[in-house]
Amino acid sequence: MEFKNDLGKPWKYEEGDYTVVRSSIWSPPGCHPVGCGVKLYVNKDGILEKIEGDENDPITKGRLCARCLDLKEVVYNPSRVLYPMKRDPQDRGKADKWERCTWEEAYEMIKQKREYVIENFGPESMAAYSGTGRNGGIMVQEFAHDVLGTPNACYTQSGYACYTPRAAATAAVTGCYYPEIDYAGGVEGTYDNPDYKVPEVIVLWGKEPLPSNGDGLFGHAVIDLMKRGTKIISIDPRVNWLSTRSAVHVRLRPGTDAALGMAWLNVIINEELYDKEFVDNWCYGFDELKERVTDMTAEKAAEICGVPAETIKKSARMYANAAQAGIAWGLAIDQNQNGTQAAHCILSLIAITGNLDKPGGQLVGESKAAEVAPEGTKGMNKTYAATGHLLDGWMALGDELRNKTIGMQEYPLYVNSIRNAHADLMLDCLLTDKPYRIQMAMIQSTNIIAPTNSAEGDKWHRGLKRIPFIFATDVFMTPTIQACADLFLPLKCAPEHDSINYTHYSGSQIHFGITNKAIEVGDCKSDAQIAVELGRYLERPHYLNKYVDERAWLNNRRMQRNLIGGGKEDFDTVKEKVHVQQGRKYYKYKTGYLRPDRQPGFLTATGRVEFYSFMFSDVGADPLPFYQEPAFGPVTTPDLMKEYPFILTTGARVIAYFHSEHRQVPLLRELNPNPLIEINPADALELGVADGQWVEISNQFGKAKLKAKVTPTVKKGTVMAQHGWWFPEQDANEPNLSGVWQSNVNTLIPNHYNGNLGFGAPYKCIICKVTPLTESYDVDMKKFQETFKKVVD
Amino acid sequence: MAAYGLLIDYEFCTGCQSCEVACKVEHDFPVGKWGIRVFDDGPWQKDDSNDEGSSFNWNKIPVPTDLCDGCKDRVEKGIKPTCMHHCLADVIHFGTIEELSIELAKKPKQVLWVIK
Repeated sequence: MEFKNDLGKPWKYEEGDYTVVRSSIWSPPGCHPVGCGVKLYVNKDGILEKIEGDENDPITKGRLCARCLDLKEVVYNPSRVLYPMKRDPQDRGKADKWERCTWEEAYEMIKQKREYVIENFGPESMAAYSGTGRNGGIMVQEFAHDVLGTPNACYTQSGYACYTPRAAATAAVTGCYYPEIDYAGGVEGTYDNPDYKVPEVIVLWGKEPLPSNGDGLFGHAVIDLMKRGTKIISIDPRVNWLSTRSAVHVRLRPGTDAALGMAWLNVIINEELYDKEFVDNWCYGFDELKERVTDMTAEKAAEICGVPAETIKKSARMYANAAQAGIAWGLAIDQNQNGTQAAHCILSLIAITGNLDKPGGQLVGESKAAEVAPEGTKGMNKTYAATGHLLDGWMALGDELRNKTIGMQEYPLYVNSIRNAHADLMLDCLLTDKPYRIQMAMIQSTNIIAPTNSAEGDKWHRGLKRIPFIFATDVFMTPTIQACADLFLPLKCAPEHDSINYTHYSGSQIHFGITNKAIEVGDCKSDAQIAVELGRYLERPHYLNKYVDERAWLNNRRMQRNLIGGGKEDFDTVKEKVHVQQGRKYYKYKTGYLRPDRQPGFLTATGRVEFYSFMFSDVGADPLPFYQEPAFGPVTTPDLMKEYPFILTTGARVIAYFHSEHRQVPLLRELNPNPLIEINPADALELGVADGQWVEISNQFGKAKLKAKVTPTVKKGTVMAQHGWWFPEQDANEPNLSGVWQSNVNTLIPNHYNGNLGFGAPYKCIICKVTPLTESYDVDMKKFQETFKKVVD
Repeated sequence: MAAYGLLIDYEFCTGCQSCEVACKVEHDFPVGKWGIRVFDDGPWQKDDSNDEGSSFNWNKIPVPTDLCDGCKDRVEKGIKPTCMHHCLADVIHFGTIEELSIELAKKPKQVLWVIK
């Protein structure tokens, strides 16, 4: 059958009784910046009635995931907070003590507290905490440095175990910004573009792209490519659906990725399967790398990783022999103390096989040219060149204040590379007041105590409650805000504001999209609007002089980060395009587009890919990759294994949710109503656990109750627990806090098990025991729907 | 009148549940009612001696329920049923049984549902 479509429609048009606004969705609610295309159908009363996938989007082509399909139930959810609210700090934890206030009152309260704190304790005693994924989440440095004037921006995940460890390793080894698999997103006609080649092999290394769409990789592009012949190598302890379609599945023991990576290098180097020309011309430290991996034979790695040596050899050969191949590396690399070294191996593999910046291989970001680097970035040109991130707010703090950033002395590479306080040391600071007490904080788009990303949420709960004044931004009341905040500033959702989203936060951008405003809901504001208005209210120079309104902010702060086109177009010009593919330069190391001086080569000390990393050796770290056992496990803590015999992994993505978001949305909650833990049938039999029975997992750090899903997807001796759980249907008051402690898997994850550079934490390789429970904690979906069902038909 | 159906390539259905939610939103079905459901066939190991690659049987198969009306209102306007439009893996195709039968014969691991 032939069907009509909306190809070629303008950004806004009328259809029957509707005004249709085409947009590229990011968040809130949370998502990664893929920028899926949507058509927002708005009725005469200004109500969003329908959302459809936009077939004009060059990448998603009309396809859409469950979360956007049901976005209306988020926007008009009866439990959404639509107005600013304040509460006496004495009433923290009491859900009925919130009072509606105005934005003016809220800004005035922040201003007064800030002035008091600066005068009495200094600007460093303020902090801004953020979470992951959201459009505004990446603005935490702006809120901390530019708006509040403190160096203590902080992403609260132990070891910043998400993306940044990989990005930092990439900067150290290659001088580039983040290599992503080439799925033709940047070129016209995508897969059919004549300059593009379909990857022969895609390696999914600790990544499940279908539900995660990590950082700009549209996960289902992998399926598109498989239909065009791409073969998959899956490196994952678990069986996931994609791994059942893979040519080889390496089911390694959690946390042993660096050993596997070294063994792949060993096989590829010793069997001479590497790209000699690329190594000779563009790499540094090959002999040292060869020497370092000599002992890590496939046989030795087989013992460490718990997989057959033949599987390791077969997969390494298959990857190296492909004409073009990509490694989609995932969060699992970061969630491990030894992750930076695993990342070092993967980067070396990409380079040694000549897949770096090649069609159908692996793409890295284009560097900005030196002449376009703005003023105020002196000494930071390298970071600016790679990412386009403006550093003026950070620089404006001055040396003295920057040196007071929590963690600057202990982990300078961490602190300077992301301009953040170190998460684990920040938690210590909250609990001990050392080196100083945090007197005032912003909780910006993060639900810290729920098991989103922070380890030991119970400690964060204690620590945050010690801060005298906290204001928070979010869409819904969260357990964290309920417990600890005094002021709630309601955020707009994606259909309610103008914005720009870019894959890989603009660093390795292939495509960017325009989020077009279609509706207004309540008295909510966007992150950018709050930054600008509050910045002006606090008389901060950036906002008085440059980012004077939200439009100026979008044009200056976001548009200028679009590397191609140099940010010369303004928002109102590009908004009509909705989706922009940026073209794609391949082999940029030959053409000078990886360096601000436009000389061929890489932006490293040697101008080459540094298998032997001077950036690591400069901070006293080992310049070569090495293998280190996980802190807890059969090798390191055999005695503890008697009490806690299971390896616990967590954080695997599910389609219904983004971390702790979406739990109050009926049609999404119905897809995944209860927190699940995957357990092998043999273990279940031994423990006497039936499918669907609740169990408690516990270790020396914490405990959580989850519902057993008995399945062979996990190996015997391993369990996988879902994260992010809290229960908006439960009592919101302290101590229950919407059930945030019931299924809080992150209470089992300890802080301070970071890698040598401060990065990485054992979210995917901890230990626990499993105890069957007799009672059930199943949600009553009928009752749930009565409370949370949509208010607009 | 021609009979209509949904042709589904379950080699590549990833179980993303977009069809389920798209259908529920389109028809305003409440919690507990579905116009299409994705069923899990597996996972179970095909060969216990081999842990690698495609050794697991795991198919996700969308099945239209009694509530599926083939998105009659949409199709009358000439637009795709919502499950087909939004399918992330692009594995659902709506059409007449005659034309879908021709496609069905071309590739294994497909299933053709005739809509009531």
